[in-house]
Amino acid sequence: MRIVVCLKQVPDTREVRIDSRTGNLIREGVPSIINPEDKNAVEEAVRLKEKHGGDITVVSMGPLQAEDVLREALAMGVDRAFLLSDKLFAGSDTSATSFTLGLAIRKLGEFDLILCGREALDGNTAQVGPQLAEYLNLAQITCVRRIEIGDGTVRVERLVEDGYELVETSLPALLTVVKDINQPRIASIDQIMESYREKEVSIWGADQLGCEAGAFGLQGSPTRIRKASVAELKARKTEYLEGPAKEVAGILVEKFNRKHLI
Amino acid sequence: MFAEQKEGRLRRVALELLGKGRELADILGAELTAFLLGYRVEGLGRELISYGADRVLLADDEILEYYRTDTYAGVITGQISRLKPEIFLAGATCVGMDLAPRIARRLDTGLTADCTDLGIDGDARLLLQTRPAFGGNIIATIVTPGHRPQMATVRPRVMKSLPADTGRKGDIVRVPVSPVAGDMRVKILDIVKEARKGSNLEEADIIVTGGRGVGAPEHFKLLEELAAVLGAGLGASRDVVDAGWISSVHQVGQTGKTVRPKLYIACGISGAVQHLAGMRDSEIIVAINSDPGAPIFQVADYGVVGDLHRVVPALTGALINYKSSGP
Repeated sequence: MRIVVCLKQVPDTREVRIDSRTGNLIREGVPSIINPEDKNAVEEAVRLKEKHGGDITVVSMGPLQAEDVLREALAMGVDRAFLLSDKLFAGSDTSATSFTLGLAIRKLGEFDLILCGREALDGNTAQVGPQLAEYLNLAQITCVRRIEIGDGTVRVERLVEDGYELVETSLPALLTVVKDINQPRIASIDQIMESYREKEVSIWGADQLGCEAGAFGLQGSPTRIRKASVAELKARKTEYLEGPAKEVAGILVEKFNRKHLI
Repeated sequence: MFAEQKEGRLRRVALELLGKGRELADILGAELTAFLLGYRVEGLGRELISYGADRVLLADDEILEYYRTDTYAGVITGQISRLKPEIFLAGATCVGMDLAPRIARRLDTGLTADCTDLGIDGDARLLLQTRPAFGGNIIATIVTPGHRPQMATVRPRVMKSLPADTGRKGDIVRVPVSPVAGDMRVKILDIVKEARKGSNLEEADIIVTGGRGVGAPEHFKLLEELAAVLGAGLGASRDVVDAGWISSVHQVGQTGKTVRPKLYIACGISGAVQHLAGMRDSEIIVAINSDPGAPIFQVADYGVVGDLHRVVPALTGALINYKSSGP
């Protein structure tokens, strides 16, 4: 099986704090990590390779420091890594990102399956996967929590609000995976060392992708950020209910009743 | 807008979108059209009009009975290319988040996900698309200046639907459905409902959530009983999910679900920013925590500084008495 996985390096937004004095985001000390659901995608690719044989290529669009997450993927068992990095890619929205990734994947040759994490911790759009599938004219299935490869086909469990759907399509196809799909392995020290010594991360810029500069980055993005501000936490005036539990319970029931909640 | 229906019933977010769409259309002096796709769903057309649509485009065919990306995207992009709307909206549901990016890419236009507010910059007829980003730590306003339609998916339970006006006039227009062979490449083999107790949090009007203060996985039973008598969903903080006390489908917070119920009862929840991100827009928040300094009290309407192992069963008992005493 030839599998391509798309990866993103993101700040761990779960660890971001807001400075209560200034109201600004505290970004110092927030680690850059592999987007968690992309890590699930890498793990799933490695499991599929262990089961069906083949090879795995990871592709990421980002600044040069994103090489770290590609090394992490190589350590987990990926075979080749490509970092798409160029000043021209800066300011890309999901449309420009999916276009850039798509151009690179086209250059990689044939593949059976593309795996993406469903959503990134920083952008939170869940759009790149589907937009990439459209660009490459592939069938897409999103929110996948279980994958089974058949004879030229893939069968998945797609998570929906009230349960799941059992869906099948022929390969090649693109799947976006959710964290429920697996628990990613932790690479051993040997594997990490090997990923730096033996394996290669190739870096491609706009020139290698062969397209006019205006199609990339901010210029190639139909959306623009007009304004961004730190989310405010609106404090509420708290009415404290005191007394023994039974009394407090009675007061709450009365309040729920008055507000037509029960 | 995309009027999402499931099993022959309109999803609530479709009505919310009509409410917001009506407001935007009136500002722009434009027509509001609802795209209704499905099989044997004509009856929903009148409902869409009563909730604010001027026109309903109905694509009714057996191949549209269950949502699939290619069949739905094919019909919708065809109609958008024909009608050339300025704005196209969908709910940020499982379907919407699968469908909208496909459409936007095919039409080479901009799409903003999970908007919590929409407005109009009148002079430029620009849609102002406001949404949380960076894990909910930032609120951003996005515009699509040079491409059309301006597309956005909208977070459910944030916009308000209008009251139904059955006297409202509107047209229902049937459009042809002519799939190409490639549209049928995905097959749905089965649809399985997993009615996990109290896990459909996005739809719940009341949610009871437990955090580390619950103490042990067995003690979640106290919250389950409270949730049962309230007909509420059962939520959990990331800590207790990571500790394996309860399944991740119950997780509320930045990396879990975002909920907006009428009543949110937080038991033994400290109120970390990441948890608040998932529930801070609840209408009424009740916090029960033995630590008076817990940050959760900053966003609570009602605070109980006490032991949840006493307060929660007391509340359950009081509610049972209340319900049995009848109206």
